[in-house]
Amino acid sequence: MSETLSAAQVEHVARLSRLKLSEDDITRYGRQLSSILEYVAQLQEVDVGSKAPMSHPLPLHSVLRDDIVEPSLPIDAVLKNAPSKVGAFFTVPKVLDPSAGGG
Amino acid sequence: MSDASLTETSAYELAQRIAKREITATETTRAFLDQIAAHDDTLHAFNETYSGAALAQAAAIDTALDRGEKLGTLAGVPIALKDNLCTVEGRTTCSSKMLQNFYSPYDATVVKRLKAAGAVFVGKTNLDEFAMGSSTENSAFGPTRNPWNTRCVPGGSSGGSAAAVAGRLCAAALGSDTGGSIRQPAALCGIVGLKPTYGLVSRYGLVAFASSLDQIGPMTRDVRDAALILNAIAGPDIKDSTSWPQTPPDYLMDIDKPPEKIRIGLPKEFFGDGLSPEVATAVHTAVDFFRRNGAEIVPVSLPHTRYGIAAYYVIAPAEASSNLARYDGVHYGHRTTQASDLFELYAASRAEGFGPEVQRRVMLGTYALSSGYYDAYYLRAQRVRQLIKDDFDRAFELCDVIISPTTPDAAFELGAKSNDPLAMYLCDVFTVTCNIAGIPGMSVPCGFSSSGLPIGMQMLGPVFSESTMLRLARLYELAHDWQKRRPMIASV
Amino acid sequence: MTQPAYKVLIGMEIHVQLATASKMFTGAANGFSENPNTQVDGVVLGLPGVLPVINRRAVEMAMMVGAALGCEIASQTKWDRKSYYYPDLPKNYQISQYDQPLCGAGAVELPLPNGEVKTIRIRRAHLEEDAGKLLHEAGQSVSMVDLNRAGTPLLEIVTEPDFSTPEEARLFGEELRQICRYLGVSQGIMQQGHMRFEPNINLHIFDDGKVYKTAITEVKNLNSFRSVERACEYEIQRQLTEFLNNRSAAMQAGKSTRGWDDDKGCTTLQRSKEEAHDYRYFPDPDLVPLHVDADWIGRIKAQIPELPMARLRRYLQMDLTRKEAAALLEDKAVADLFDAAINLKRLPKRIANLMLGAAAKTANALASERGETVLISDLGVGADQYAQLAGMIEDGTVSASAAVTVFESLCDGTGMAPMAVAEKLGLLQIRDASATQAWVDAALANHPQAIDDYRNNPKKRQASLGFLRGAVMKLSQGKADPKLVGELLEKALAKLG
Ligand SMILES: [Mg+2]
Ligand SMILES: [Zn+2]
Repeated sequence: MSETLSAAQVEHVARLSRLKLSEDDITRYGRQLSSILEYVAQLQEVDVGSKAPMSHPLPLHSVLRDDIVEPSLPIDAVLKNAPSKVGAFFTVPKVLDPSAGGG
Repeated sequence: MSDASLTETSAYELAQRIAKREITATETTRAFLDQIAAHDDTLHAFNETYSGAALAQAAAIDTALDRGEKLGTLAGVPIALKDNLCTVEGRTTCSSKMLQNFYSPYDATVVKRLKAAGAVFVGKTNLDEFAMGSSTENSAFGPTRNPWNTRCVPGGSSGGSAAAVAGRLCAAALGSDTGGSIRQPAALCGIVGLKPTYGLVSRYGLVAFASSLDQIGPMTRDVRDAALILNAIAGPDIKDSTSWPQTPPDYLMDIDKPPEKIRIGLPKEFFGDGLSPEVATAVHTAVDFFRRNGAEIVPVSLPHTRYGIAAYYVIAPAEASSNLARYDGVHYGHRTTQASDLFELYAASRAEGFGPEVQRRVMLGTYALSSGYYDAYYLRAQRVRQLIKDDFDRAFELCDVIISPTTPDAAFELGAKSNDPLAMYLCDVFTVTCNIAGIPGMSVPCGFSSSGLPIGMQMLGPVFSESTMLRLARLYELAHDWQKRRPMIASV
Repeated sequence: MTQPAYKVLIGMEIHVQLATASKMFTGAANGFSENPNTQVDGVVLGLPGVLPVINRRAVEMAMMVGAALGCEIASQTKWDRKSYYYPDLPKNYQISQYDQPLCGAGAVELPLPNGEVKTIRIRRAHLEEDAGKLLHEAGQSVSMVDLNRAGTPLLEIVTEPDFSTPEEARLFGEELRQICRYLGVSQGIMQQGHMRFEPNINLHIFDDGKVYKTAITEVKNLNSFRSVERACEYEIQRQLTEFLNNRSAAMQAGKSTRGWDDDKGCTTLQRSKEEAHDYRYFPDPDLVPLHVDADWIGRIKAQIPELPMARLRRYLQMDLTRKEAAALLEDKAVADLFDAAINLKRLPKRIANLMLGAAAKTANALASERGETVLISDLGVGADQYAQLAGMIEDGTVSASAAVTVFESLCDGTGMAPMAVAEKLGLLQIRDASATQAWVDAALANHPQAIDDYRNNPKKRQASLGFLRGAVMKLSQGKADPKLVGELLEKALAKLG
């Protein structure tokens, strides 16, 4: 596992992160992220044996709510912070490839 | 009583005296608002203050008291909220350009509970953007300064809350702590900061940084105030699936009664290289105090502490990269004017809206979760996380409370670490493992450096041991007067 | 060029919206609304600071479907975040289940039209949240976001590639819809997107002694059974043609995603491999794991009614035709009514005839009058009434045609017993021999020509007998017992020599 990020890797991660970076940003972030990853690489030396990954601090499970309808936000509250809207819709630049979404 | 003496009074006493009608909520609120007016230009502890609303709230409380109504435990007490807690009043910005103009349509659960207890909100405090940082320099609205030395940082990310409490701009404040963000600024500003057991306080309405680590907690002048505030905010919340379902105890009950037969653990890993001698001395002196008062001091080992920062800087950014994905300029928040297509809208809005530290962590976390790296980073960090928790479980078989320094050193000057993210991350070395394990942690003032800057000691306990920790810390503070010292705020 | 032999492999991913009252992770109403962004709360909108809380009913509905599909219900399951950016997904991650689905492997029996039954293996089924909708209107420079659908509970069911024909894929879709309707977890209204299908198709082509496997294509988001069948048919031909045209290029292609153009009747390439998403799944730290104990599973299984497949088998043993059985099974309420009626009176054929004849006709008429669906079970005629009326036909108390008249007045909701109705309307069949004999005599007297035909023209013998029987029935105003009429007529004609 290499702890140094190439410019291409930084660009790839920036793309996944939806961050528009300049050439300078790519160089600077590449250097900083590399040094952090180098530090973080010490995790590789830990003998984790067969330890299960811990994703929760507390032994909680099966927290459920009853299927009861609660009020929605009024439409003006829904749209209050919207940077761009038409009628009661949020808007984005026209999406040409409707398949760009997920699955 | 003069206004100045009001701002020197603890939240607990203010609440008592307001309830007994010795003082009014209005004069109390006005006293703190005067402090804000006098010092916040220097400190920049607040992103926004609610003078008008606060006075109206205070007046309503006075009226209710006039009518003989029985009010909540915090009736009339001026409190500040870290600006990553959602409030219907004013903006909730997270000190980010991204949310500069964001108005939350709802109150966080803690805000609702404080309101129910009668607290008066004086404003929202500054923080490192989205709580990412240890100095409050990563705020889009400019840094907060340490009231003890305005050339120094107050710590972070709850630096605004810490500076506001230390500078007497509010009676108490709420902060949030993901890797030390309550305890570290509390230590650097000479106040009490408590990060509760994960799940004790609802996270609903706390703008998420790293969901499995985040907790809201009190930042107060003294230990009893911390118990008072914790009483108001702790307890189950059906809106937070990770909140612990049992009703917590009354933390004020027996607060002045020291715990008996206490065993204090000293982890050797927290007293090694990189610890300033002044800090070491202050903490050891505090430990001696406990020994003289009947505590048994036992050496313990937390061997995986050294991997804490590395694990933390995988787990926290990974969760953050996902939690912060929602800020994309579509439904709320900053939106670029430069975009012609959807990708550009996202990428430019986020690049413009997020500061460099947030961008760094988002990329770091994205990388750690991305295809081909998940196992080596995220999964491995979560395994190490379990080892760190196991260390604590073993240590707490030998002791009831662990004492350590909160920070390696006292406050540093603004700009001292801004160019080296990794150096900044290492400030959290003593605080992150507490979040990683989900246990409660607290910072209590335990002295001053030769340059007059506060030093804090950290107490760590097993899950839900807040009562024990608070009583132990209370014993200490009643015998010392660190928290009674007041900073002289020098304008810059 | 001769076409090589090939085998078709189709698997399906099906998204079923669960008909809970509230959304998967929050209390906002779940359901269709004309007004955009009105079924939206902070959680649906993905506001800063909000947290998800699991809807118990959604979990139970998913368990029910899983159990009905023979899936193993996991004793422990968790929730994961699936990251991708899209404006209809406000958090830019979908809460789903990645490596620990609520429902594991299972199998269902799929009855084929030729009477055979095929086993379809289910790989898994998991719970997740739906996204909102992005509207792209022609002429607009923007796309518009409506979040009403966002956060709707979805059950994603994944089958093994066990369908060998497009028809099987369609039949499975239809059966799954019926199962969901029987379980009450979905109304299965396809036009409203209650179910969406994504078939995965590829071919194993046998040529020059080798097997060539074409690249799998996934056709996204089909919302009708017809489009499932057509898209699969199109893909089979397309993959085959591509293979025949340029074998090496076809074999090098990776898995791809295609969209279905219903107007043009073709699929188009949507997303190539290079742009494949990196979903960065990881456990959602806002949610805790779900434990499902045997007790809970038991309680859920106890709520599962007899499913359409089992009922079909039972109905076919009752001497109903496949068509009749299918018609009764279409809606659970109708099948339940039928079952209740036959439990009261073991006359399946007669009860089916009443329900699919007179009742269906009335329901259809009401439906077109009201412009909404009216089921046979909505007519207000109870199982006891069907049972009694069928019994009356069976023992000759009323004629089949009189029974229709009786039925129509039962639909008025009088709640009267069919016998009382028949009496009131004077429709009881008259089996009195002397009264019947009098009508027979009168009919014979009125129609000498028919008698003549019967006696002297062998070609018209049957026709004239039928004519005379009709004449007798007419004289009795439909009340005579047709069997008795037949007997008496033949006796009288024989006597005439
Ligand atoms: Mg899919
Ligand atoms: Zn899905």
